Amino acid sequence: MSEKFTVDKIVIASIILLLLGLPLLGFSQYVMRIVILMGIYTILALGLNILVGYTGLVSLGHAGFFAIGAYGTAYFMIQHSVGFIVALTIGTLLSGFMGFVLGLPTIRLSGTYLSIVTLGFAMIVQVVIMNWDSVTNGTLGMSQIPKPNILGYDLNLANHGIYYLMLFLLGLVTLGCYTIIHSKIGRTLRAIKSDELATTMMGIHIDRYKILAFVLSASITGLAGGFYATLSSYIDHNSFGFDLSILILCMVILGGMGTIRGMYLGAALLIIFPEIARPLMSWRFVVYGFVLIIMMHFRPQGVLGWRSRRKYPIPGEVKKSYRMVEVEE
Amino acid sequence: MNLLRAENISLSFGGLTAVNDFNFYINEGQVVSIIGPNGAGKTTLFNILTGIYKVNQGKIYMNEEPIDGLHARKIVSKGIARTFQNIRLFSDMRVIENVLVGAHINTDYSFFDGLFRTKRFYEVENKKKQEGAKLLESLGLEGRLSDYADNLSYGEQRKLEIARAMATGAKLLLLDEPAAGMNHQESEDLRVFISNLKNLGYTILLIEHDMRVVMNVSDYIYVMDYGKKIAEGRPHEIQSNEAVAMAYLGDSEVHL
Repeated sequence: MSEKFTVDKIVIASIILLLLGLPLLGFSQYVMRIVILMGIYTILALGLNILVGYTGLVSLGHAGFFAIGAYGTAYFMIQHSVGFIVALTIGTLLSGFMGFVLGLPTIRLSGTYLSIVTLGFAMIVQVVIMNWDSVTNGTLGMSQIPKPNILGYDLNLANHGIYYLMLFLLGLVTLGCYTIIHSKIGRTLRAIKSDELATTMMGIHIDRYKILAFVLSASITGLAGGFYATLSSYIDHNSFGFDLSILILCMVILGGMGTIRGMYLGAALLIIFPEIARPLMSWRFVVYGFVLIIMMHFRPQGVLGWRSRRKYPIPGEVKKSYRMVEVEE
Repeated sequence: MNLLRAENISLSFGGLTAVNDFNFYINEGQVVSIIGPNGAGKTTLFNILTGIYKVNQGKIYMNEEPIDGLHARKIVSKGIARTFQNIRLFSDMRVIENVLVGAHINTDYSFFDGLFRTKRFYEVENKKKQEGAKLLESLGLEGRLSDYADNLSYGEQRKLEIARAMATGAKLLLLDEPAAGMNHQESEDLRVFISNLKNLGYTILLIEHDMRVVMNVSDYIYVMDYGKKIAEGRPHEIQSNEAVAMAYLGDSEVHL
């Protein structure tokens, strides 16, 4: 047990070191941009994972939350000249609020019905973006979104500031997901995925937890959206289509639903693949689809979707002595 | 004083009266069984008591407090927990995690305590984990604590479902056919297990077809058929009751 534990620690520590030192390796801005995109998609996958992987609610509309976060952040930065941190917070909260608004009427839905409603939600968001000219600049999109500026420092690709900002946000979201999942909240979400009726019979208000899952998932997705807006400095309605929702879902499923490690791998694989497969030209999408089919056939739980075989830690490893006391009763 | 009392409860689905003017009570510390042929309305009665169905008529009292019409999750906090005829564990979760979900309503910390790992989180969480481990040990499941629920044997899954119900803090356990699918030895173990629960201070309402278990463990038995109570009494009274034999085996005369 302890052996495996240290192996895990070494793996995690070396990944963190590698990520922190990556800019020192002198990659081009093109490569660094892809790495940052990977980070954004990892955050997106972590967000969707809360709904799909833990709670068992399949959303096909996360492009909508991504768009709300991106447009919210961009709007406040451009129109109200608000600082990056405040604008990103507003975008995140806005997206979380929309998660609440969408979660409230859909708590009675599950399975395909819920997926269709979320799909409709993303479509509505896209149509609103195209038509709400005064806020979203319509189909022209929003351009010249300022780069993040924190405490007077401009963060961009050249000085790697935006890379470290991505790492910071990714670390924050990962830690947040970890602590939530490894608490009674996470247990409840997993229980809901497993059996809603049995969860209710434990005295648990499952509607409340489903909405909470929606809000958390939407907030995280909105956060990624806000960051994406400042990274690309231009957004329009095409950036937030149905294919984006599907891509995030593929990452979650490919990496391993209901795991954090899987989100990192799923996002990395599906972002790298189109880049390294460029020589295949348009065949790459055929290969891409084929790989997904093969994966789902031979490893439906996802690449890293194994169950932990580690002993469940019981604090203080309950002393054996109490057993004597109970026998005496 | 009765722990649980149902007065004249009725429930129909369309034209079918599943439970018809049923009366019963359970005193604290008793093991009470409900028996009857398949389709007699036993599980429907459980679903009524646990708030899954609402009665058309009648009243239900727990500790003299009316509980009919309450939402299922509220009834748990009144001290009633159940198991299911077809096992409904959280199969993708570990044994201890199943128990911890059961203990959810007594796990007293907020979302933010969990998110920010406050001192309160660790205190409450550690306490609940220890209590859960103790509970599992008292049921002989300590060796399976870290296993995933769907890797347990059938008998162990039954026990875990009961453990999960106990973890809610309920004092009245409703067990729906716990011996179904068990062999002779397993159902004998179950009989001992239920007696032990009784000694631990639990009150038990049991639906069971296995008469070896029912007759040996029950303090009192209600017999249901077509949603109605056709007999009640102590085990030896039920064994010699003609109406019961008729419900199970059919009338001795042929009606044309």
